This record gives sequence, structure tokens and C-alpha cells, in this order.
Amino acid sequence: MEPRTYLWLIPILPLLGATLNGVLGRRFSRAAVSAIALLSTGLSCALAIFEVVTLSDVFPIIERHFTWIQAGSLRVGYDLLLDPLSSVMVLVVTVVGLLIHIYSVGYMAHEEGPNFGGFYRFFSYMNLFMFAMLTLVLANNYVLMFVGWEGVGLCSYLLIGFYFRKQSASDAGKKAFITNRIGDFGLTLGLFSLFWMFGTLDYQPIFARAAAMPVEPLHQFGALTIITLLLFIGATGKSAQIPLYVWLPDAMEGPTPVSALIHAATMVTAGVYMMARSNVLFSHAPTTLLIVAVIGAITALFAGTMGLVQRDMKRILAYSTISQLGYMFLACGVGAYAAGIFHLMTHAFFKALLFLAAGSVMHAMRGELDIFKMGGLRKKMATTYWTFLIASLAIAGIPGFSGFFSKDEILWRAFNSPEYGRLLWAVGWITAGLTALYMFRIVFVAFHGEFRGGDEAWHHAHESPRVIRVPLVLLAVGALLAGYVQVPKFIFGGVEKFSDFLAPVFASTTTHGVAETAVNGGHHLELGLTALSVLIALAGIGIAYLVFRAKPERADLLEQKLKPLHSLLFHKYWIDELYSTLFIRPIQFLSTWVLWKIVDLFVIDGLGVNGSGFVVRGLGRGLRHLQSGRVRAYAGWVVLGAVLIVAFLVFKV
Amino acid sequence: MFNQYFQPNDILIIYPELLLALFAMGVMIIDLFLDRAWKVLNAFTALVGIAYAAYALYRLKSNALNLSGYNHAILNDSFAIYFQFVFLIATALVILISARYLSIEGENRGDYYALILLSLIGMNFMVMGIDLITLYIALELMAVSEYILVGYLRTNRQSNEAAMKFFLLGAFSSGILLYGISLLYGISGSTDLRVIAQRLAERPSHDPIALVAVVTLTAGLLFKIGGVPFHQWLPDAYEGAPSTITTFISVAPKAASFALILRIFIVGLKPLETSWVPVLSVVCVLTMTLGNITAISQSNIKRLLAYSSIAHAGYLLLGLIAGNEYGITGIAIYFLVYAFMNIGIWTLVVAMRRKDLIGDQIQDMAGMIYKNPGAAVLMLVFLLSLAGIPPTAGFIGKYYLFASVIQTHHYVLAVIAVLNAAISLYYYFRVVVVMFMSEKTDEEKMTLSPGVLTSLAVTLVFTLLIGIYPEPFIRFAQNSLSLFQ
Amino acid sequence: MVPLNYFLILAAILFSIGVIGFVMKRNVITMFMSIELMLNSVNLTFVAFSRYIQNLSGQIFVFFVMVIAAAEAAVGLAIIVALYRNRESLNVDEADRMKL
Repeated sequence: MEPRTYLWLIPILPLLGATLNGVLGRRFSRAAVSAIALLSTGLSCALAIFEVVTLSDVFPIIERHFTWIQAGSLRVGYDLLLDPLSSVMVLVVTVVGLLIHIYSVGYMAHEEGPNFGGFYRFFSYMNLFMFAMLTLVLANNYVLMFVGWEGVGLCSYLLIGFYFRKQSASDAGKKAFITNRIGDFGLTLGLFSLFWMFGTLDYQPIFARAAAMPVEPLHQFGALTIITLLLFIGATGKSAQIPLYVWLPDAMEGPTPVSALIHAATMVTAGVYMMARSNVLFSHAPTTLLIVAVIGAITALFAGTMGLVQRDMKRILAYSTISQLGYMFLACGVGAYAAGIFHLMTHAFFKALLFLAAGSVMHAMRGELDIFKMGGLRKKMATTYWTFLIASLAIAGIPGFSGFFSKDEILWRAFNSPEYGRLLWAVGWITAGLTALYMFRIVFVAFHGEFRGGDEAWHHAHESPRVIRVPLVLLAVGALLAGYVQVPKFIFGGVEKFSDFLAPVFASTTTHGVAETAVNGGHHLELGLTALSVLIALAGIGIAYLVFRAKPERADLLEQKLKPLHSLLFHKYWIDELYSTLFIRPIQFLSTWVLWKIVDLFVIDGLGVNGSGFVVRGLGRGLRHLQSGRVRAYAGWVVLGAVLIVAFLVFKV
Repeated sequence: MFNQYFQPNDILIIYPELLLALFAMGVMIIDLFLDRAWKVLNAFTALVGIAYAAYALYRLKSNALNLSGYNHAILNDSFAIYFQFVFLIATALVILISARYLSIEGENRGDYYALILLSLIGMNFMVMGIDLITLYIALELMAVSEYILVGYLRTNRQSNEAAMKFFLLGAFSSGILLYGISLLYGISGSTDLRVIAQRLAERPSHDPIALVAVVTLTAGLLFKIGGVPFHQWLPDAYEGAPSTITTFISVAPKAASFALILRIFIVGLKPLETSWVPVLSVVCVLTMTLGNITAISQSNIKRLLAYSSIAHAGYLLLGLIAGNEYGITGIAIYFLVYAFMNIGIWTLVVAMRRKDLIGDQIQDMAGMIYKNPGAAVLMLVFLLSLAGIPPTAGFIGKYYLFASVIQTHHYVLAVIAVLNAAISLYYYFRVVVVMFMSEKTDEEKMTLSPGVLTSLAVTLVFTLLIGIYPEPFIRFAQNSLSLFQ
Repeated sequence: MVPLNYFLILAAILFSIGVIGFVMKRNVITMFMSIELMLNSVNLTFVAFSRYIQNLSGQIFVFFVMVIAAAEAAVGLAIIVALYRNRESLNVDEADRMKL
């Protein structure tokens, strides 16, 4: 007998909260708004945990509710799927989401002023985001997933532009939206092609049929390769990979909890989730996989270098997010989906923690984010410091912390990849060093040394209230321990709970796909490689210490010496400028001079709208006069109409 | 002997209509005992009657009785039951918005509700009848009640004029229709549509009497739905009638007339399809185009909506021209959708009527977003739906109708229909622009009685719900496919 | 027996007179009478067909047409009375407040 399940409640509860707060929130007190938001997220989280725990023996669970769209042969149902993959995602989203909601209550409490968009609106959007994200991960077909996908995009746009009276914030919102549209265009094309090829958009039939198809040869572009490439374009938009990563750093204009929840822990990982979900398709298209791996590796390195020289704390973290997402893509690209999802999970904890700690710092510094105007904050903010440190150690891959296990797994699988394995590993390895370097640059500059922001600011700096500290501590526990579900073999025989748990989802991949990496070389090689990556992480920390802590003036000296390099990195390789010259300016030129002045003003407005409008309006005025207001004329028309019909029928035959 | 003509089943089949008749008379009697202040009870009585009838209809649907009665003059199949539900919904919504409006106009009497209920009975029989005698009586019952209702504001010159025009032209057109019916009877020897279809199929296709019959029937029926060039009574009647009655006649009688057209053309005149499909195609194009283009230059919101309603009749004809399952489902779902979106928008027009303001000029809505933001947003939703923009219900209706003509390869019609939908955006958005972009002139609060609010809530919810989750409503509408049996 | 066609042609002529009268006459009452003429021509058709094809439905139809014509007359005259009270004129062409 099928167990009774309540999956549908998991996304619906936040939707209820969003609706309640959105419609009536204006009249509620802040306490009531917070209570509604927390309660809906909390219940959803509890239910998610309950369902995963009780149902894990009978995975996968498919809950079919109703047919949403039925058009011709396309049937789209509101069907939810709970399997190992979606349960990992649901847990991450609800747990991290709940903690960030709690944090937000404290964080937003003191927000006032002309730029503030409204307390209830913030929580309404946040809950709406939870609904969309949960729909995305629980969907059992691509259309419903796409609804969630667009929904999170919308919420992201709304929340980035939350301080909508601030020009930069609303610009950043638009940038995110437009960049994502490019990716979504690819995704939509991908979905159309999937429907065209398989005649359905439900997961199971597509994957079953795809699994039976032959694997397409490398370096050739078969149907599956094209489809997966289109899906991958969608993923690069949402998950901020080259070339569509440019929106994420700007997205930091949003409130910090938003950056933590949407632009670090959950939404940006949707691309990774989608690729892992479609692993059967990707594994049959080795060409796409290679491209994914290469793009992932390059993004990881590239974003890591850009993070090195930024001064804005949240921007550094944003580049770090891009870089870590690059790792996840690299994992998917070498067929190590489980490792990618593993990193996604650990990253959710430590990156959310980093952002929330940054928010706590920002709170103490009255919105200042330049790390060179901070310093020595360790003394004022002990909890924030320690949690930030734990997260930094985790992301740097120091043994014992969660990031170590997941990053190590990815690097090891990359090393064993048949295509360019060593090269991919090397890039990932260097990035690991960069990660440690830029993270500990923040730690040493902001939390150690002398304060550089003036006396008045120093007096203001204080530890955040408990409602902010509690989520920090809980996330720190996660960042510390989340890695122990999957431990490499050479450490006490290893633990493989996580990959065993996910194994059913990737089963067909490992049996059919070429991406099956022959784990050769044994444990000694793995141990050696791990040692190397620990070494480079330690080296990164060491360099950070030497340059930024031991002798801060060295930083300036180095900056002087490496002026061109610094400038290149500081200006983010002038990519924004490059895009501006390559795409935006020509498009602006085209739109101003060709589309607007000629096509729009002359052809459309002049000939089209005004012309046809003129004609239509003229016709309208003329036709109005048929309506003379006299009954006899009307009757005359009726008779004339009848006569015309007779004439029509007679002369037709 | 008696049993041959009358069976106990017969009473059950028309049980909802019997209830409605009882309540219609009840309203008039109760009205005699009511003080001026208690006239609102009339609306309650009528609503109770409708609720009771709806329940009876529901029982009828689930009991699956023998559907044919009165010696095969009545066929209460699922097509009929579906449309009866649409009428009941539309009538209930109209009654909800009537009480306050009538007291503002100073004409709050019980016979108003009685007439609405009688008209409803007529419509119910229009969809149930399969015999031309029944259909004609039902049509006239509906129409005569409407004539009175359109002229209900006795001292209002516009209302008088509208009633006079509507009555004269209505009687004229039913005379023409009746002539067609008499010829049809003559060439087939029966008034049962199914028998007529058989006889027509046996006759040669180029029969001059059949041709005259088709022409007069077409003219008489197209008059009822406002097909061009038989549409001219419609804007005047819509403008002059009390707004609540305009709300009513723009939805329920139009649906009833369309159902009647479906019965006559799809069942009775099926054998002559080759001659009426081209005629209707031309009428359809003219109706859509003229309705939309003339709507552009209107300054009165009631007239604008009247022309928009003509254009919608044109879209609906697409479904009849296609004549396939998609087309019939499209017409059925369109009327359900239309009931909600059109009553929604007319409810707002009714609510614009305040003590000292007629409120039927588009200019009266200028700056509505400032004083009545809720109403402005509702108006926007209904306008979007009328324009057929997703995710509103109007999109679903248009989708089915347009898809049906594409299925039957009437590509030219489909293209013209889409172009027309584009033209319609122009005048719908003109209203939006006036509401949202103009300077604030709309100072007075709108008349929002509990009934109006209920009606707005219901129409809004369904306009959005059908748009977002159409599946159950489409399944409901597919009940109407019993027409083909 | 008089052939059917005679009746049909007479009915058609009456019907046409009714239609033309409706379109041509300005007085509401006359227009109303034209409609009655149309209905009576229909009745004639029904009865003729009924007699010719030996089927009673047509004659029953005629009764209903007469009943409905009576009802229409009652309502129509009431409307005309109301209109006359407000305008003091029975000329339909003057009732053109609503147009365009």
C-alpha cells in the first residue's frame, strides 16, 4: 500500500505565508509578520524532515495531484517527486531557509528610512521564494520545474531590487533579470526540444528512454548533445557561470539575508540541481559533459582570481560563490554528480554562514562593507568572528571541516576523468589555494589587526543580537559537521553514506555512461593528492597571513609592484566593459538609431501604429455612422443582410 | 392513453424550471407585503430560488434520469445541463449586484426579479428544447421578459428608447426567424430537429425552399447574438438599459441564443452545412472586425463594452464554424469564462453609478487608481481577460476557439481572428491608460454594496482560477459535447 | 383543392408587405402592425403546410404563435405608452438619442 504523503504541503505552506503577508501584511505588526513567515517556513521544514525520514525506505515517492495543463499530447501534472536527490535539496532549502528567515527577523528589525521597501514585503517575497524553490526541486516534470525556475528568478529580481529607490539596486535587479533571460531562453529551447524528441516532459519516461539510447560519441553534436547544451545554457544563467556570471556580484545590492539564501545557498545551485536531475541525458552526451567540466573549471579559477583584490566583503563572497559553483559544475562535468550535490550541500552551509556573518559585520559597521575600513573586529564580535572563521576554514578545505570532504571528492574525481583529467585537477587545485587566500584575506584584514574606520565607528561596532547569533552558530555546526556523511576511503576506511543515499538517482549513469570514472591509482594516490590540496590551502592561508597580517604594508607594496595585474583583477578583467562594448553598446546603438528612430518611430509608429491606428480610427469613425440611432435603418440593415446572404448563396452555387 | 403523452419523469426533468417559476411568482407576491426598506428581501428570495434550482439541477445531473421527456420535445442532456449551470451562475451574480443599483435608480420592485427568473426559465428551455415549438416559446419567454427589463426605468428616456428599439427589432427578427421555421416544417413535416435533419439529408442540396429557410433562420438567430449586420440594436439596448440588465443580457441570453444556434445548426441543419458555413464565416469576420473597430472610437464605457461584446460574438462563431469537438468545447468554456469576466467588468460599471453620477463615460474613470485602487486593479484584470491575455481565463477561451478553426484548416479565419484580438488590445488598454495614467478626477468613492463585493470576489477568483488552472473547467465544459449524440 | 403553392406565395407576399411596412413606416403603431402581418403570414404558411402534409404540429404551432403575439402586443404597447409619456410622439425617427 502506498504510504500517505503530504509533499504538496511543503511548498504550499510558504506560499500561504507569502500570500498572507503580501495581502494583509501592511496591517500587521512586525511581530505578526515575522511570526507568519517563520511559522510557515518552520512547518514546511519540519514536514520536509519528517517526510524524508519516514519515506527514505520507499523512495522514490511520486505524488500526483492534478492535471494542470492538457493540450494535445502534452500533459503536465502538478506531480511532486521525492527521491534522494530532491530530498537532499528540500532539506538544504528548508533548513538553511529557516535559519536565514530567523536571522532576517533580527537583521531587518532596524531597517528604516526612505530606501526601505517594507518589512512585510520582504518576508512575503522571501516566503514566495521558498515556495518557488521548493516547487523547483520537488517537481516531477520539466514544466513544473521551469515554473519554479522562473519563480525563483522573479523573487531574486524583486529582492535584489528590494531597496528599489536606490538606483544601483534596481539596476542590479534588472541586470540579473536580463542575464537570466538569456539563459532561460536556452533552457526553454531545451525543453521544447525535449518535448519534440520524447513527446513528454515527465522525468521518468524521458530518462527511461534516454537511458536506452546509445551514448553519443565525443566531439560530435548529436540530438542529446544539443539538448543538454541548451539546458546547460540555462544552468549557466541561473548558476552564474561563464559567460553569464556577471549578474551575481551586482546582486549583492539586495539585503544580506537575500544574498545568503538566494545568491549563495539555494537559487544559484538550481543549475547544478537541474543537471544532476538530468544526469541520464548529460551522461549520454560526453561532448556536453566536457564543455561543462571545462567551463566549470575555468569559472572556478577565473572568479577566484577576481575575488582576490576586491575590497567589498560581499562582493568577495559573491566571486567566491561563483568559484564554488564552478567546482560543482566541474563535478557534474566529470560525471561525479553525487560529489557535485555533496559540495552543493556543504557549500550551502558555509556560504550561507559567511554571508550571514558578513551581514552581522555590516550591521555592526552601519552598512560599511569595505574590509579595509574594518580591522580587529574579533575583539568586538566574538561569535561572528568564530563562526566566520569556521566557515572560512571549511571553504578553504582544511581537514576536518565540511568543505574539505566535498572539495576533495570533486578534485579526486576530476583527476580520474579520462578527458583532460590532470589539467582539470590542476585548475581546481590552484583555485583551492586562491580560495584559502582570499578568504583569509578577509579574516586577517577585517577581524585582526588595527581598526581603520575611525573612533566613532569603532565605538558603534558591537556584537549582533541573539536572534542573529543563533542562526550563525547553528550554521557553523552545519559547516563543521556536514562533511562527515561522506569521508574518503583512506581515512578509517571511509564513509559513503551520502553517495550510497544518492546512488539510485545516478544508477543508470554509472551503468551506462562513459563518465564512469575508473577509480585507478588506489588510495595512496588519493591520499597524496589530498595532501597536496591541503598543502596549497595552508599555503594560501600562510600567504594571506604574511601579506595582510604580519606586515600590512606588504599588501600595498605588492599592489604597486604588480600594478597591471592588480588593475586587471580589480577591474574584473574588464569583462563588464567588454560586454558593454561588445553587446550592450551595439544593441543600444541598434536600438536607438535603427530600432527606435527608424523602425519604431518611423515604421511602426509612423506607418504601423499611427498609420494603421489612423486608418483603423478613421474606419471606426466612419463605421460609427452606420449606427444612425433609427430603428427603421436598423431594420433595413437586417433586411439587407438577409438579401445579401441570399445573393451570396445563390451566386456561390 | 394518457400515459402515452405524459410520464411522471417529465415533471422531474423540468423540476428546476418549476422551482424557478414558483419563486418568480413568490417574489411578486412577497413584494406586495414588503416596505420600501425591505425590498432587498426580494433579491434574497430570488437568490434562494436560484440556489434551490441549482441544487435540483445538480441532483438531476447525478441521478442520470431518462433525459428525454414530453414526447421527445425536451432533451435535458449534459449539453443542456452545462448551459443551465452557466445561466444560473450568471443570473445569481446579476441579482447580487441589482439591489443597490435599483434603489439608487428608485425602481426597487419585486417584478424585476420575477422577470429575471422568468427570463431564466426561458433560457433553460431554450437549451433543453429539441422541438421547434418548444424552442420558439422558450425564446419568446426570454425575449419578452428582456424587453420589459430593458425598459425597466420607466421615467428614463434612454431606457424607454432602448426598450422600444429592442422590442421592435426583436419582434421583427423573430418574425423572420419564424418564417424560416415554418418553411423548415414544411419541407420536413416535423418540428423535431432530429427528424428535420434526417429529412433534409434526403433532399437535394440545392433546394430553393431550404435555402430561404436557412437564410431566414440565420438572420433571425444572428440577430439574437448580435452578428453583423444584424447587430445594430445591441449597442443602443446595452447603453440605454439599466446597467444591471445590460450585465444580464450581455451574458446569459447571449449564451442561451448561442446554445440555440448550436442546437439548430449542428443538429438540425447539419445536412446543409456546406451552405451555412461560408455564410457564417463571412458574418464572423464582419462581426469581429466591425465590433472591434467601432469600439475604438467609443467614449461611453457601456457602448465600448457593447461593441466588444459584438466582437466576442464573432470569436464565438469561430467555434460554430469549426463545428468539431474543440469548437464546441471552446464555445462552452468561453461562455463560462465570459460569464465571470464580463459580469466582473459590468459590476464595476454598475458600481460606478453613484447618487449624482451616471458614471458611464470612460472619462469618469480617469485617475481611478488613486481613489479606488482596488477597483482599478480589478478592472485591469477583467480587461486583460477580455483581451485574452494569459494567465487570465479569457486566454483559455480564445485558445480553444482559435485552435478549433486551425484544426479545421480555416487558416484565414484564424489569422483574421488573431489580428482582431490585437486590435481589441487598443481600446481595452485605452481604458487602462485613462484609469492609471490620467490626472485624478475620480473623487467619489464607488458604490460597493455587499452584493457588489461578493460578485467582484467571485468573478475575480474565477477569472484568475480558470486562467491558471483550466483543467477541471475544461472537463466541465466538455459536458457540452453530448450535443453530437 | 387549391394547390399548396398558392398559399405559400400569398404568405410570402404578405410577409414581404410586412417587412416593407416595418422598414418604411414611421409610426410605431403601424410598424407594430407590420410585425403582426409578418406573423400572420407565417401562420398561413404553417396551416397550409399542415393541411397539405396531413400533420397537426403546424396548426398547434399557429396557436402558440398567436398566444405569443398577444403577449408581445401587451408588452410592446406598454413600452410604446411609456415612450409616449416621455416624448409625446410616436415617430420612431425622433427616438435617436443613442447612436454612433
